[in-house]
Amino acid sequence: MARIKIIEQVTRANDQIAAQNRQWLDEQKVVAVNLMASPGAGKTSVVMRTIEALRGRARIGAIEGDTASQVDAERVATTGVPVVQINTGGGCRLDANMVRPALEQLPLDEIDLLLIENVGNLVCPAGLALGEHVNVVIASIPEGDDKPYKYPGMFLVVDAVVINKIDLLPYLDFDVPAFRELVAGLNPKARIFEVSCKTGEGIGEWTEWLAGMCPRK
Amino acid sequence: MHELAITKEILRIAVKHAERAGAERMTDINITIGDLSSAVDDSVQFYFDFLSPGTIAEGARLHFRRVAARLRCRECGTEFEPLGVDWRCPHCRSQGGEVIAGREFYIESIEVE
Repeated sequence: MARIKIIEQVTRANDQIAAQNRQWLDEQKVVAVNLMASPGAGKTSVVMRTIEALRGRARIGAIEGDTASQVDAERVATTGVPVVQINTGGGCRLDANMVRPALEQLPLDEIDLLLIENVGNLVCPAGLALGEHVNVVIASIPEGDDKPYKYPGMFLVVDAVVINKIDLLPYLDFDVPAFRELVAGLNPKARIFEVSCKTGEGIGEWTEWLAGMCPRK
Repeated sequence: MHELAITKEILRIAVKHAERAGAERMTDINITIGDLSSAVDDSVQFYFDFLSPGTIAEGARLHFRRVAARLRCRECGTEFEPLGVDWRCPHCRSQGGEVIAGREFYIESIEVE
């Protein structure tokens, strides 16, 4: 009987592939954003609004992650941007090894900003590196203002929080100041954007922030 | 749902280290996991029992050492464990804090024969 000391991160293999993805994106001067949210928060709508708002300013590419179907990729493809769908086959999150072949299918030299839409889930995708530069969670008004309490693992690791569907604020009991205070307490560096993909309100501030991160090619 | 992928990694890492040490059999795997990392212990053991037959880790028991989430208040420096939905500092009541424990997820050691 002998004990062997190991101390090896369970996600080490993923993290190594993520670092390779990141290096490849850096070489191609692509800024990648990992968009996470619960199902129905409006990830694809944010992607659509972002493409529209940055048209002519940043060349966008997209990776759409879902357990099944091509519907999101088909929707994004109508905008004319290059898009690849990843189906995880029931898997609850994207990982770096799934993103790699998707990167190979995209014309990275013609892309400034890559939007990676993760699988709808506030638990599993949190903190698993894909090779992205920026992590964003989208929260929406109908979900309620208590999500940072319930999913701290997610809200702790993001660079920005997008509050979507603010056009519904008059009809629902979502306390925006309380939500902001909670996010600031967990993660004071996180930027918070209030948007409505329905009306377009607030989209400009969000997309300016994204555009500010894209290097000129 | 990502426990299957996690378990494959745990098995791969543990077998790699055991073989490197020239072990014939692995009896235990000690894993440290923070409460802010997402994995369900029973589910990992379930997948492990399914994946490990035919390897030197067949029959090994997984032991999870859970690490509670722990924060350091950004205002007064008090260290505390958040309780449920209460993420306020017990000393000065300011909201949240810097995470100093709870995000671990690594294989600490293995027992081999």
